[in-house]
Amino acid sequence: MDLILQGIIKAFHLIVSFDPEVISITWLSLKISGTATLISLFVGVSVGVAVALNDFFGKRLVISIINTGMGLPPVVVGLFVTIMIWRSGPFGFLEILYTPYAMIIAQAVIATPIVMGISLAAIQNLPPNLRLQILSLGASRLQMVWVLVKESRLPLLAAVMAGFGGVISEIGASIMVGGNIKGYTRVLTTATVMETGKGNFDLAIALAIILLLLAFTINFLLTQIQQRQQSR
Amino acid sequence: MKQSPLLSAENLVVKRGKVTVLNVDELKIFTGRTLALIGPNGAGKSTLLLTLAGLLPMESGKIYFQSRQVSNFSDFVMLRRHAAVVFQEPLLLNMSVEKNVAVGLKFRNLSRAQIKNSVDEALAYFGIEQLAKRAAKTLSGGESKRVSLARAFAIKPKIILLDEAFNSLDAPTREAIIDDLQNILQKTKITAVLALHDREETLRLAHDVAVMSEGKIIQQGTTAQVFHQPINEYIANFVGTEVILEGVVKKSEAGLMDVAVSGHIIEAVGDFKTGQKVCCCLRPENITVSKTVPEKISARNVFKGKVLKAARQAYFYKLTLDCGFVISAYITIPSFDELNICEGDTLAVSFKATAVHMIKR
Amino acid sequence: MFRKSKIIITLLIATFLFAFGASTVFDAQAAPKQKNIILTTTTSTQDSGLLDVLIPIFEKKTGYFVKTIAVGSGQAMAMGQKGEADVMLVHSPEAEKKFVEEGYGVNRRLIMHNDFIIVGPADDPAKIKRLKSSAEALKKIAHAGALFVSRGDNSGTHAKEKILWKQAEIAPTGQKWYQETGLGMGQTLNVAAEKKGYTLADRGTYLALKKNIPLEILVEGDAILLNIYHVMEVNRKMWPKVNAAGARAFADFMVSRQAQEIIGKFGVDKFGSPLFFPDAGKKVEDLGK
Repeated sequence: MDLILQGIIKAFHLIVSFDPEVISITWLSLKISGTATLISLFVGVSVGVAVALNDFFGKRLVISIINTGMGLPPVVVGLFVTIMIWRSGPFGFLEILYTPYAMIIAQAVIATPIVMGISLAAIQNLPPNLRLQILSLGASRLQMVWVLVKESRLPLLAAVMAGFGGVISEIGASIMVGGNIKGYTRVLTTATVMETGKGNFDLAIALAIILLLLAFTINFLLTQIQQRQQSR
Repeated sequence: MKQSPLLSAENLVVKRGKVTVLNVDELKIFTGRTLALIGPNGAGKSTLLLTLAGLLPMESGKIYFQSRQVSNFSDFVMLRRHAAVVFQEPLLLNMSVEKNVAVGLKFRNLSRAQIKNSVDEALAYFGIEQLAKRAAKTLSGGESKRVSLARAFAIKPKIILLDEAFNSLDAPTREAIIDDLQNILQKTKITAVLALHDREETLRLAHDVAVMSEGKIIQQGTTAQVFHQPINEYIANFVGTEVILEGVVKKSEAGLMDVAVSGHIIEAVGDFKTGQKVCCCLRPENITVSKTVPEKISARNVFKGKVLKAARQAYFYKLTLDCGFVISAYITIPSFDELNICEGDTLAVSFKATAVHMIKR
Repeated sequence: MFRKSKIIITLLIATFLFAFGASTVFDAQAAPKQKNIILTTTTSTQDSGLLDVLIPIFEKKTGYFVKTIAVGSGQAMAMGQKGEADVMLVHSPEAEKKFVEEGYGVNRRLIMHNDFIIVGPADDPAKIKRLKSSAEALKKIAHAGALFVSRGDNSGTHAKEKILWKQAEIAPTGQKWYQETGLGMGQTLNVAAEKKGYTLADRGTYLALKKNIPLEILVEGDAILLNIYHVMEVNRKMWPKVNAAGARAFADFMVSRQAQEIIGKFGVDKFGSPLFFPDAGKKVEDLGK
């Protein structure tokens, strides 16, 4: 108990004094997970919307695959990405194993199916005649898609929140493809595990608190936007 | 009839999967006139509407808009821009009313001022200016429907297509909206196609009627034509010929027929062959009742009938009489009171031979 | 509304791209052509903090970028065996020798040593305090049935531990008092402290965590407890893709006077005694005297 209290006290101290190591780890986490989430947003929304709005042979199968992807265990993704990019792998020549880029890739792979699945469901949940109604008002296909996407902005925002939340707290894949290299691929989650393993509980707790605060703040901001739209 | 049609279709076939859902030989829609599409559920009214609006692909057939054939992709896009559809559900977007009404205009690259003008005008048409800033999700059913209509009219389409637009509304709301719609259609002279269920609405709004069944159009013409000469039982029922009596032609001479109905003879105009099985259609408003048997009256059909039921409607009484066959008559309330009619009374029931509309069975 | 949300999104994207772009500057240190070196080492080496001092100096000097991947000795060498590492800094001599014999590693050079200690609860139920022989101590622990926590992860520490058990002629696996954590040194020490058990630890990690762990040093100084670190380069003939030049540069650095001096002084200010003893150029048999 004593240890935990000490840990929390030290934690606040580190945070409040803007300890440079803690700051850099936090910033790196944000950059990596943020970029991965952005990628998943673009790919996920565009593919999700496209699948929802078009009929094609094998559509059901594709939707099943997307839904399965939503529950993909992150470590499986990590292993798969590692195999692809290590030296003997097909993309080994890129030399991106143990770099932040590999982490972004892995996290994007984890987040994209989530965003895709939710976008797909959101569009499918719109009234079925809405698409025709918008077209009949004179919209081009692109304009129509934009209107439908805007109309689903609440669930899409939720999708982004889900994607971001998933990857900023992810550790298995991040440690596999990133290597937890100090100042380069060491992020909040991987650092927390390492410091715990070393027995530096105060630092570990500090990082954990920051991770919580980060996840909370981002989600709070997005929730604000969501609720504001709701009551408009 | 008049000028060439604004929109017409020839040999239109639309399939869903393997099933043919629409097979229309010919349909003509004229500028400035309102066409009602009527028919039972599943007849293909919505399909026809959406195909005419360029929203559903057709398997084969031709569509002509403003005398030019609509054939390739860009033609259809152009058709869509000139044809506005309003669905049964208002399908409003999650934004304010005025933004909703502006949606169609925004697609067209107009200036802010132009958009605002058109929006204000459309809101005024339907009397909803005061709702402009309200969030669309907070509106009542009637208000939403008005916004949906305003949105379609705002883009000043050449032709507007309404799919069962008044179904989900309660009677007074429906009345009010139909009033407004009628005014606007008369004022703006926009061509309209309405898929309708209700006979009153058809009578009020439509110049022309096309009756559909199982994907085909079985009767087309002006409202008067179709209402007074329905070519089958369904249409007869729809248009409100409540009295339908089955019988057989016994004699047919000089344009006048004797039809045997339940042991009585009804005289009707027409020249079907003897032995032809028919339905005699009568409108209750064409039936007269009197306390005494009239003499020297031009009506060729006079029967004695017992009053089975007298039901008071909003503006008249509906009498159900048994003359050997059951018949309905509408009489005004004052007349009912003056004649002192009660259930169980025996009255003389008369109607003209010309009022009997005959359908082959 | 349309425009506002577009602007916000564009700003967000721009910010991220800029911030991320800016941070890749440290990648562009230029100089050597293949500038990434993958160094695999053990968690205990990493956790001691020694590399955090040595590597920046090396990088600054040579322009290489060292990716330190800390895993157990077993995995560190397994990665070298697959050509996924360029150079290894490990402390599992038997395995290392085999590695070189099989042709996977070359240029195996002695860097430094520290030692292992047997730690345990202050009340010492098995009564092993101050025994000279580690084998003796382990025998007593086994006979007393006192809890012994093992790393059980094929790390260098675990390898050493297995040798000790062999010497004591005891087979601990499966016995009730023998628990394997599969965790790193720091965590294993925590588990041992929590459960009031004995464990084998390297002095460096123990000293680093001492303030939080109520375990005491009970047995030390036995020659067999020496923990010897070597550096090995992955054989380029086996894996042409390895950064042989980089590996050599790093290994050379580790035996250099500069590095060896730093090793000798590391930990003194914090713990009063150094955590490692520099040994470059010496013979293994001469160590620990």
